Amino acid sequence: MSYFEFVGMIMPRLLRATVVTLELTAIGIGSGFVLGLLLALTRVYAHRVVSGIANVYIQFFRATPLVIQALIIYFGLPPYLAAMGLKPLSPFAAGCVALGLNSAAYQAEYLRGAIQAISSGQMLAARSMGMTKAQAVRSVILPQALRIVLPSWSNELIYTLLYSSVVYFVTLDDLTFVSMKIAAKYGRAFDSYSAAALIYLAIVVLLSRVLAYVEARVRIPGLSVDDRAR
Amino acid sequence: MDCVRCKGVAISAAKLLWQSVGPLFTRGLPVTLEITVLLLLLGLALGTALALVQVYGRRPLRYVCVAYEQVFRGIPPLVTILIFWNGLSQSFHIFLPGVVAAALALGLRSAAYQSQIFRGAIQAVPPGQMMAARALGMGKLQAIRHVILPQAFRLAIPPWSNEYSGVVKDTAFACVIGGLIELTRLGMTSLTRLSMTHGIGSQLILPVLIIVGLFYLALTYGGNALLALLERRLRIPGFEMKGKVER
Repeated sequence: MSYFEFVGMIMPRLLRATVVTLELTAIGIGSGFVLGLLLALTRVYAHRVVSGIANVYIQFFRATPLVIQALIIYFGLPPYLAAMGLKPLSPFAAGCVALGLNSAAYQAEYLRGAIQAISSGQMLAARSMGMTKAQAVRSVILPQALRIVLPSWSNELIYTLLYSSVVYFVTLDDLTFVSMKIAAKYGRAFDSYSAAALIYLAIVVLLSRVLAYVEARVRIPGLSVDDRAR
Repeated sequence: MDCVRCKGVAISAAKLLWQSVGPLFTRGLPVTLEITVLLLLLGLALGTALALVQVYGRRPLRYVCVAYEQVFRGIPPLVTILIFWNGLSQSFHIFLPGVVAAALALGLRSAAYQSQIFRGAIQAVPPGQMMAARALGMGKLQAIRHVILPQAFRLAIPPWSNEYSGVVKDTAFACVIGGLIELTRLGMTSLTRLSMTHGIGSQLILPVLIIVGLFYLALTYGGNALLALLERRLRIPGFEMKGKVER
């Protein structure tokens, strides 16, 4: 069987697994964003002690491998969960939790940088106009910070997609694990992996295009970082 | 209460933990370091070459480099490792030692990221320097070697230490390579051993995994501290760059 016939034959199975990979990516980046935003706001605005705790979380998750984090969540925690009367997580849930917790730490650092890049005069101006701190953060700081963070956030989205392959370690049938199973079944490792690699690559190229378009669309002339540097 | 028994359990747990931790120092850490150093050297050499071609090369060559970067930045590290280990051996009968396969797969990937760092650093050196070097009679290659690169490499150290932190953690994926015993692999074997000898619900798995994580944490912080030291030692007063080099 030629390369292309083989790839054509395994493609339906790979594409079904791609759906799992995309679900993981979406849930990972989405939950990571919510938690990351909370962590970033904590880092910037909360009391020093609380901010310090958030920092420890961020540093731990950024300085240890995602593989270890996934293993901890799927194999390390269940005995303790059982002691509390909770059920262990399913592979899919464990994958989502690992990706979400990990991505949150990275997104928190990007968001913190973006929030701190906005001049402190903006907060003062908003407060002097009678806005509360929360209102100012929501209506003045965040709309600008989220635009600034978009390029690094795009990178983070692509990272989350690529690193979602970590769910192999929690035995979830994503694109990578299915390509491994196919490689073992037919004894055509290179063909199987390269087909999976091409699917990842196609999604990455497509995502980069879409994100570049979004970046151009939401840009406010005069308020982007490039404009201010001039 | 049955305190003697409590103490006995605690001691045997500590003993088990130590049995799992000892090999991390003696067997796991050296292998992880070996992979990291090899892949960084490969990425450094190839990344510098790619960056130079992108800044100074002809247009078709530049496109080749851009394509290389795009491809290696678009494939998960786990999949590149599988291609270079399992893919090469099974489909082409090329049998690489585990460490080499891991360093090659991750190094080629790192080259794509490092090339972006070096390109930014080379472009951050003011263009007047190249002109001045040429005006002094240096060839283009001489100018690159003696004027541009010494400055660019200094500028590249801070973003390069980010790349270092990234690849140290990526080496954990190399544990899929059969027979390659590095930190994560050792963590997983003790995981299997613990669940076999003490049942699936062994509460010792968590501390062992956390200790393995702390090894990576130490590697990340240690490496970053060394690189910060290197940056300070190599600094030439008056040649610090005002802005940061973008990754």
